[in-house]
Amino acid sequence: MALDRAVVAHIAALARIRLAESELEPLAEELSQILTWIEQLNEVETSGVPPMTNAVGGALPMREDNVTDGGCREEILGNAPRTASGFFVVPKVIE
Amino acid sequence: MSEGSLLRLTLADARDGLLRKSFSARELALAYNEAVAETKPLNAYITPTPERALEMAAAADERLARGEALPLDGIPIAVKDLYCTKGVLTTAASHILNGFCPSYESTVTSRLWQAGAVMLGKTNLDEFAMGSSNTTSYYGPVENPWGRQIESQSGDNRPLVPGGSSGGSAAAVAAHAALTATGTDTGGSIRQPASFCGIVGLKPTYGRCSRWGVVAYASSLDHPGPMTRTVRDAAIMLRAMAGHDPRDSTSAPVSVPDFEAALTGNIRGLRVGIPREYRVDGMPQDIEALWQQGAEWLRAAGAEPVEINLPMTKYALPAYYIIAPAEASSNLARYDGVRFGLRIEGSGFEDMYELTRAAGFGAEVRRRVLIGTYVLSAGYYDAYYLKAQRVRTLVMRDFASTFEKVDCILAPTAPSAAFAIGENTEDPVAMYLNDVFTVPANLAGIPAISVPTGLSADGLPLGLQIMGRAFDEETVLSVAGVLEEAAQFRYLPSFRAGALHD
Repeated sequence: MALDRAVVAHIAALARIRLAESELEPLAEELSQILTWIEQLNEVETSGVPPMTNAVGGALPMREDNVTDGGCREEILGNAPRTASGFFVVPKVIE
Repeated sequence: MSEGSLLRLTLADARDGLLRKSFSARELALAYNEAVAETKPLNAYITPTPERALEMAAAADERLARGEALPLDGIPIAVKDLYCTKGVLTTAASHILNGFCPSYESTVTSRLWQAGAVMLGKTNLDEFAMGSSNTTSYYGPVENPWGRQIESQSGDNRPLVPGGSSGGSAAAVAAHAALTATGTDTGGSIRQPASFCGIVGLKPTYGRCSRWGVVAYASSLDHPGPMTRTVRDAAIMLRAMAGHDPRDSTSAPVSVPDFEAALTGNIRGLRVGIPREYRVDGMPQDIEALWQQGAEWLRAAGAEPVEINLPMTKYALPAYYIIAPAEASSNLARYDGVRFGLRIEGSGFEDMYELTRAAGFGAEVRRRVLIGTYVLSAGYYDAYYLKAQRVRTLVMRDFASTFEKVDCILAPTAPSAAFAIGENTEDPVAMYLNDVFTVPANLAGIPAISVPTGLSADGLPLGLQIMGRAFDEETVLSVAGVLEEAAQFRYLPSFRAGALHD
């Protein structure tokens, strides 16, 4: 399936990646090329075949609902680009 | 011992030499620190850690002196820069993790340090492990220490890629700038660079080695594993890296055998599957011939090669290129400029997100995040993502029914030898095709190893691959050991540390 510029702009917005106007056309071409190649999967009959999410199989293990971590605020904030008074700082969200 | 001869030792030999006190961990670490510096033009390391190597070697020497040696005491190891290392820059070769210094250590590297290993540094890779050539790194491409021995017809003498994504680890081990290394394999990222660089690369069973603290690309497909000079070294490394980890919910609660003990050399009576579907159009004659030679070697050792069918082979790769980008688009959502790494300020919150991610992700990462976002978006989820997951089930069933008839599978690792830096970059799909023989084992989660077994017409290393049943690394290693013994691959790349001192 061929993607056009509008679709590329839409998925880039969903993915929160800013694209320049000039990047839309080449990306539309590249992504369309990949998707066209992927569409050979339509040759495979898959009705009644369950989807596989991982190689482990079965349900993931449960553990006791206990606190296992914490008390490491400085470490958590240590790599943040901006912090203040023990918090992450982000641009103003509410006017 | 001279530096050159120290650098040529295998892990097993170095371990024994340290125990016999033929040399110290400090001498080994000094030789490797120098080797890392000497091979700098390869760009195999993003962050060398020579001081840490000496500190860890000193601690190992103390234990060795007390007669309390740990299994990997004094063994110098390179760590793919996808593993978080406490207090050491961890980049995933991406600009978006600019300056990131983890406050924790990945489970696998913790186990290695607890076993006495010595960290040489963090190796280069494709950005977020997305690539098959190590050319997508923000820190620049890695060069393969091997060069073509004869000029190609076009007179092309560009440096070659080491493969990817674990290209820095592969180049470092091949060039004697690390005794052994960790890699990760999501679609072939341990095995294909191992094949391109003439070393051994083992992707264990999914769940065998914990993913905790390894920067995520596609969680259901990511496999940590070792990259070494010999099959025995891979067995030793795997034992140290493996084991159940409650912090990774997909980590398998199974015991870790002594993999080295599986290398008996006895494969008599084993049935080895030769999959017809791996004979793809355009595969070079030398790879086809090597594959047949491999089957003959195993037959001569008493195994029985059996033709098998894996009809879903062709569809594994396109299924992978839906599933992996889908998981990546979700995993990489965490890079938002707020908690760690790069941040580009904008006029508001959304603006900051979009500018940060545009500046932080390279072209291939961006491409995969966009494909992943698309196949997961409303209206396309069933047609692409669910379809691919159903095909994944069929790939798994192919292997399940095959392993009722055979004990392991022999195939080429990659459809070509190393290519030049800059080749295969015009068309993303051409690059993806590198992984055609390796991706099926990731989808199924089964163990697979690449062993260097011959040279191409151009004099470049070629690997053969053994795949086995889930959690049967012992058979995989055992058969790989026989291949290695038969192949007698003794070639070394022309560019390597210590070559002048030999």
